[in-house]
Amino acid sequence: MNAVTVNNIIKTYGTKKETVKALDDISFDVKPGELFGIIGPDGAGKTSLFRILTTLLLAEGGTATVDGFDVVKDYKQIRNRVGYMPGKFSLYQDLTVEENLEFFATIFNTSIEANYDLIKDIYIQIEPFKERRAGKLSGGMKQKLALCCALIHRPSVLFLDEPTTGVDAVSRKEFWEMLKGLKKQGITILVSTPYMDEAAMCDRVALMQSGKIMSINTPENIIKEFKKRIWAVRSQEMYRLLTDLKKYSNTESCNSFGEFHHLVLKDEGQGEEPVLNYLKEQQHKNIIIKTTEPNIEDCFMQLMQKN
Amino acid sequence: MKEIVIKADGLTKKFGDFIATNAISFQVEKGEIFGFLGANGAGKTTAMRMLCGLSIPSSGKATVAGFDVYKETEHIKQNIGYMSQKFSLYEDLTVKENIRFYAGIYGMSRTSIKEKMTALLAQLQMTAEENTLVKALPLGWKQKLAFSVAILHEPKIVFLDEPTGGVDPVTRREFWNLIYEAAANGITVFVTTHYMDEAEYCDRVSIMVDGVIEALDTPGNLKTIFNAASMDDVFLQLARGAKRTAD
Amino acid sequence: MKQFFIFVKKEFYHIFRDRKSLLIIIMMPIVQIILFGFALTNEIKDSNIAILDNARDESSAAIIQRLDASRYFNVYKNLQTQQDIETAFKTGKVRLVVVFQPKFQESLLHTNHAQIQLIADASDPNTATTVTNYATNIIGDYQQQLNEQLQVPLQIKPEIRMLYNPQLKGAYNFVPGVMAMILILIAAMMTSVAIVREKEINTMEVILVSPLKPLLFILSKAIPYIVLSLVNVVTILIVSVTILDVPINGSLFLLMAESLLFIITAVSLGLMISNFTKTQQEAQMFSLMALLLPTLLLGGFMFPIESMPLPLQVVSNIVPSKWYYLIVKDVMIKGLGFSQVWKETLVLLGMSLFLLAVSFKKFKIRLS
Repeated sequence: MNAVTVNNIIKTYGTKKETVKALDDISFDVKPGELFGIIGPDGAGKTSLFRILTTLLLAEGGTATVDGFDVVKDYKQIRNRVGYMPGKFSLYQDLTVEENLEFFATIFNTSIEANYDLIKDIYIQIEPFKERRAGKLSGGMKQKLALCCALIHRPSVLFLDEPTTGVDAVSRKEFWEMLKGLKKQGITILVSTPYMDEAAMCDRVALMQSGKIMSINTPENIIKEFKKRIWAVRSQEMYRLLTDLKKYSNTESCNSFGEFHHLVLKDEGQGEEPVLNYLKEQQHKNIIIKTTEPNIEDCFMQLMQKN
Repeated sequence: MKEIVIKADGLTKKFGDFIATNAISFQVEKGEIFGFLGANGAGKTTAMRMLCGLSIPSSGKATVAGFDVYKETEHIKQNIGYMSQKFSLYEDLTVKENIRFYAGIYGMSRTSIKEKMTALLAQLQMTAEENTLVKALPLGWKQKLAFSVAILHEPKIVFLDEPTGGVDPVTRREFWNLIYEAAANGITVFVTTHYMDEAEYCDRVSIMVDGVIEALDTPGNLKTIFNAASMDDVFLQLARGAKRTAD
Repeated sequence: MKQFFIFVKKEFYHIFRDRKSLLIIIMMPIVQIILFGFALTNEIKDSNIAILDNARDESSAAIIQRLDASRYFNVYKNLQTQQDIETAFKTGKVRLVVVFQPKFQESLLHTNHAQIQLIADASDPNTATTVTNYATNIIGDYQQQLNEQLQVPLQIKPEIRMLYNPQLKGAYNFVPGVMAMILILIAAMMTSVAIVREKEINTMEVILVSPLKPLLFILSKAIPYIVLSLVNVVTILIVSVTILDVPINGSLFLLMAESLLFIITAVSLGLMISNFTKTQQEAQMFSLMALLLPTLLLGGFMFPIESMPLPLQVVSNIVPSKWYYLIVKDVMIKGLGFSQVWKETLVLLGMSLFLLAVSFKKFKIRLS
């Protein structure tokens, strides 16, 4: 049995005059014990999707189940067994770390001791601050506490809505290490994130944009689906290089990717030679051009362009 | 020798015993895209506030656009632009109303506002949306619009505080195109970001850890110095050792 | 200068685009002016009085007729015995009882003076003073009219008795009023704010996705404020009794029990409000507008309800504070027992059950 099933979910907001389709016919499944990522920018519909699956919102169309329970009819059972970390910080700022944890453990009819082994690795990092009020913690520590509170009752499915947004790069990395550790305990985890590089940490990902899923697959397969070759190009004047490449007749797409620009050619037959010549004509110096592996962001942008 | 638009010398800010920003020193040239990075709690926001004339330093010196950060904060504010991820435009005003409002605050004349507004909307391809309430716009459009509004009065320097958070990858790059154009037109861009690939777009990058600037150089040099494959790597090497994780 | 104007212009935009606040800013003054101007007045109009006419002669009939004809009074009942006076006040239906001595006219003719007793319900001392003044004036007019035709002047002396509150202490009236006000504020407004706060700080999401039953959630929000409100009642009573010399003439137990009932009514009002407000600010504003204001204006302790136009009198019946104020006055000041206040108690009970049922049903188990 799948841990989560989603069938043709449609979610709209707004008045009869102006409806916005936040989710447009979304369907996917998540296997038990999977670390499943929902990757997409703001406005993709991630939060609406999570709220429907955690039974906080009703969809206008379609069905969904969590652990075999229907999100509409069996909402009570789902609320007893899932862990949920919403997008914005949602713990009590004026209670201490320990008080928050105790509160949520009790609400879930359990105690901190009962499932301590599950949260131990995470809690250890914030334990020195256990008497501190939650509002006074840093962003990274707040996330760790929120994760502990979501895990304290040993949920079967964990929903994490943008847990790494607004958190510094070091904490982000640590957070994903923690998730990988949790996976070993057999908990199904659904995570949403706008950071494309985090897709690589998941077992499978769904790329979402404007309420639609553009692709569902393992990160490796998504990259394999990128049929064309990517050339990484660099020169002394990166901005001019970008504009020149965009003007080039054989360019299908060219996007900046930090140190290099990623170039996709319409006709790949002739390789990089013609490009190199063109750039030399444009007086570029120190030109580096080489093939490179596409990453998730390349794939995302290509899929965006297609839609 | 290029014109120096920001000069900080031993700039410090203390809150009681806590030293948020600890004697930082650096210079930024005109037209530079300067990346100001650091983990949360490193002291970035405090430093930016001092440079924007929003907070008086505890000690040290700094000039922004030639004006002193202690005595000439009003002049500083008139000569800079500012945009952040958390707030940029008024959601319940239209695109046009927002532009007019900010232009008016900076004392631009009616005719120049009109000219610039038409040009701006054309460049962003938002001419049809001029009477739309900002809250109805997608996030990426809001951020691009906010940036354009921030530089509408042609400031010498524009301060950007994590301007591309949560924005889709295509719009993010369009945003950086706007930044490149602004820099090419002589506006100095002082930007903080959590996206390490964006650090690569900067001419030079500084990384703050525990209130101190631990590194300042071009992205290329930093990678060489730290023997790192990417800016992400450089950042992690520096930030991992950080003691302060307070927000 | 231009900066100033553009900022002002922007502020106007914000105001006009916030429909809810705009409604309050425009409507509130209008409503208040109408209420204060037309309805809320300290004047007496058609106040119910009772007459114990021991004389039953021409003079007493004449005076009674004048009292009834005046726009201030309305003769509600003709009493038969002395005991009826007590009953009349206990039922709270009359503010004034006029007692004529036996052989009233005879006394006037033969001794040139006679007595009328004016017994007023002084649990509301202001109104009591007003009604006795008006009554005295009307009697005085009659006296003057008689004297125009006579050589030797007559004198009709009204003997005034202020019942329940002989010293006409204002505290006797405003202590029950303050109790109603405080309880509405603490129990209703604070409960609604406490619930809405969870929505504002996003913890509501996490609480909903948990095994906690909505009923328990609501109870746990209400109970602290119920307890605090009871403490407040005790505090107010202690201060009133010791410092303001206000008595507790009736059963303290009954008083506390009725207060508990009213607190529950107030809490259920708070629950209702929390169901459809999204921010703490909205909850506060709504509580003030919809609860505190009617309590003050229509509760009956600042302005007499019987002097208001009929529509407002009808509306005041749905203001729970009005009923509680009556109960507290009856029990605390008049020393009455449950048998006299059971009707008001029933009203509060009915309101509580209704509000609790509706707010529980309307409790949102999802974000909308």
